[in-house]
Amino acid sequence: MSAISIIARLTFREAIRRRLMLAGLVLGIAFVILYSIGTHFIFGQIAADTAANMPSQMAANIMKAESTNAFMMMGLYAATFLSVAMAALLGADTLAGEINSGTIQTIATKPIRRADIVLGKWLGFIELLGLYVLLLCGGIVLSTFIQSGHIPQNLLIGLGLIYMESILIMTITLMLSSAFPALATGGIVFGLYGLAFIGGWVEQFGAILQNDTAIKVGITTSLIIPSESLWRRAAFEMQTPLTGTFGSPFTTTSVPSLLMIGYAFVYLIVILVIAVRIFQKRDL
Amino acid sequence: MADAIETHLLRKVFGDYAAVKGLTLQVRQGEVFGFLGPNGAGKTTSMKMLLGLISPTSGEAALLGKLIGNREAMRRVGFLPEHFRFQEWLTADEFLLLHGQLLGMKKDDLQQRRNELLERVGLTPFGNKQLRTFSKGMLQRVGLAQALLNRPALVFLDEPTSGLDPVGRRLVRDVIREVRAQGTTIFLNSHLLSEIEVTCDRVAFIQHGEVVRVLELASLANDQTSVAIRVSNLGAESLNGLSQWGREIQRDGEFVHMIIASDTVLPEVTRYLVSQDAEVYSITPNRMSLEDIFIETVGKDGGL
Repeated sequence: MSAISIIARLTFREAIRRRLMLAGLVLGIAFVILYSIGTHFIFGQIAADTAANMPSQMAANIMKAESTNAFMMMGLYAATFLSVAMAALLGADTLAGEINSGTIQTIATKPIRRADIVLGKWLGFIELLGLYVLLLCGGIVLSTFIQSGHIPQNLLIGLGLIYMESILIMTITLMLSSAFPALATGGIVFGLYGLAFIGGWVEQFGAILQNDTAIKVGITTSLIIPSESLWRRAAFEMQTPLTGTFGSPFTTTSVPSLLMIGYAFVYLIVILVIAVRIFQKRDL
Repeated sequence: MADAIETHLLRKVFGDYAAVKGLTLQVRQGEVFGFLGPNGAGKTTSMKMLLGLISPTSGEAALLGKLIGNREAMRRVGFLPEHFRFQEWLTADEFLLLHGQLLGMKKDDLQQRRNELLERVGLTPFGNKQLRTFSKGMLQRVGLAQALLNRPALVFLDEPTSGLDPVGRRLVRDVIREVRAQGTTIFLNSHLLSEIEVTCDRVAFIQHGEVVRVLELASLANDQTSVAIRVSNLGAESLNGLSQWGREIQRDGEFVHMIIASDTVLPEVTRYLVSQDAEVYSITPNRMSLEDIFIETVGKDGGL
């Protein structure tokens, strides 16, 4: 077994043993149940209203699909936020904490590369985040489908992009964690995430008001940290055409280009390489 | 055969503070080497540099004939850190398996070795208990087992007996003797001079990150003996005459203290005193303890 996979398995096992998985599982299920209860009543209301008020069955169906989709996007937005929070929590304490406690010393003096430690942890977190995103987002989509029969378009692409956003945040956290203490790492990551969030809003309003400067500000923030643009692309892929015109944080008006998605991917890889480099160079 | 450890002017500077100024030392294969010095002398930093945890600012070092950081060499090295912190959510069994896997050990060999070592450090009944339930002494024992998994050619032990009760300390001492008998080189960092005294072949005193003295402990008994002679009726001239056998001769009431090169001169000293008509009541040779030498070497202020 390679050193990377040993470390990846250790990381996975740590999350299970330290009850992080259990906490994530319980809260994730609670989240999906809450969403289901809420939407149960809302979807029922929508069905009744549209049947009563819409001029034709077709119009009623369109209206129903649109509003169902809007609520699902809201749920997915919340799920994305929770996944990002989980990504930051997983990554923040990992290297910083083990350097601080000295746990890393017996590991790093084994005949393995320091890169193996970083990459192993990264892969372990990718597995954990995959399960978490699948639980949360999958739960929302499944619940919506069972209640209303609605399946969003481009579902896999959308979920893939949400997953990628959580991986991106986790990778940034891992990089910071190789240089800074856990608390500072968490603070910086949430700061960056907030920056991306505000930048995303500015860009959205810019698109609605057709203000070029605002759009440029948004794109610039996306270049600094492309997390929010991944969500907005995911929303664009999964939302119904009308939903996109609402202008809300849960949906997308200004669509990040495929080029931006490609940029995010390259960004992620570069951050990972930097994480490895920092960890290779630092004193433990 | 290459030295187990060889360093040349190894130096580490943190900001504008030189934690290790220029460490030059050789540790021979198969010896138990003690690394002594006052707090803050740079012992742990030096050890971490040798293990590749900290990169030196300048200088060179080799372990088992390979430059530090070489993975081939690290396959044959064991390490028990000070302030041992391990993955406390693992059981002792899993903990040892993990470290064996990282060492690239074969599964069968690893399992056998793990059982052997758990038995040796007296933890066999606790193999399936999580480390978080372990006492400090038990953690130290499992840490020692971890350091010996790969039957290392060279083991670094940083304060291995700190926090241990006398039984645990005896165990560590016995284990050190056993692995030494198998040809393993041991690099021991400890504050407990009495421990060092009974376990080590050679010691290096370091101060401000430099070796100030290297001492063979086997020769300690001979060339560092102080003698207290209870004697009366000894004239000043006769007292001076003692200088042919020893140095630092001092009279303190009815006692005369001196340091002699070897206790083989004691019969001669006795004959001399009798021939000078002195009344000799007792002659007590005191081997100078490592503690005496330590304080003599680094000074009473610990080199602050």
